[in-house]
Amino acid sequence: MKLLYFALFRARIGRGEEDLALPAEVGTVGALVDWLAERGPGYRAAFADRRLVRVAVNQDYVGLDHPVAANDEVALFPPVTGG
Amino acid sequence: MIRVQREDFDPGAEMSALTRGRHDVGGVACFVGLVRDMADDKPIRSMTLEHYPGMTEKKLAEIEAEAHRRWPLQGSLVIHRYGRLEPGDRIVLVITAAAHRQAALESCQFLIDWLKTDAPFWKLEETPEGGEWVSARDSDESAKKRWR
Repeated sequence: MKLLYFALFRARIGRGEEDLALPAEVGTVGALVDWLAERGPGYRAAFADRRLVRVAVNQDYVGLDHPVAANDEVALFPPVTGG
Repeated sequence: MIRVQREDFDPGAEMSALTRGRHDVGGVACFVGLVRDMADDKPIRSMTLEHYPGMTEKKLAEIEAEAHRRWPLQGSLVIHRYGRLEPGDRIVLVITAAAHRQAALESCQFLIDWLKTDAPFWKLEETPEGGEWVSARDSDESAKKRWR
């Protein structure tokens, strides 16, 4: 799975993207965030407040119950602040 | 039309290009967003705009298509910059053209309100204390909700 991190999440995690093998038990965006949060202090800090986690799967916004598959591009980021 | 670019833009030239040779356009609305030198009570030296290449263009195109679905528009343009900007620099341009002023004005406001909450851009402000990521404002979400 291709994972992308932007803005504050990229800064906290220390990288903008990575490829990870998706564990079989991780089937939704919510489970993916829970799993990532256990990968280290940077991940835990990035995802500490779940209300401030936005997720896009294959470049569309999705909710925590959205399914994820091994070949998805999943982006995690804080609420957007453009304009 | 959507453009995501590092370079500056010229609002007047863009407006002229959008309406050149057109005799069916009765009103053009234009919004230009600029970098302020203060955020709340802190001075800003610079602002760096990060975006999600690919998804940004896709989201902006969807927002623009939604504006065309809601109002009878004869043309529109959204330019959003990324990279490092300084106070006074232009960040974003929205232009809408219609037969009548109401469609042009309303759709212009709709576009800027929606892109603030839906286009994947993030701002890093450089203050005397270092870099700070700008938090999303609840008021931006309420501004979008008005258009539901």
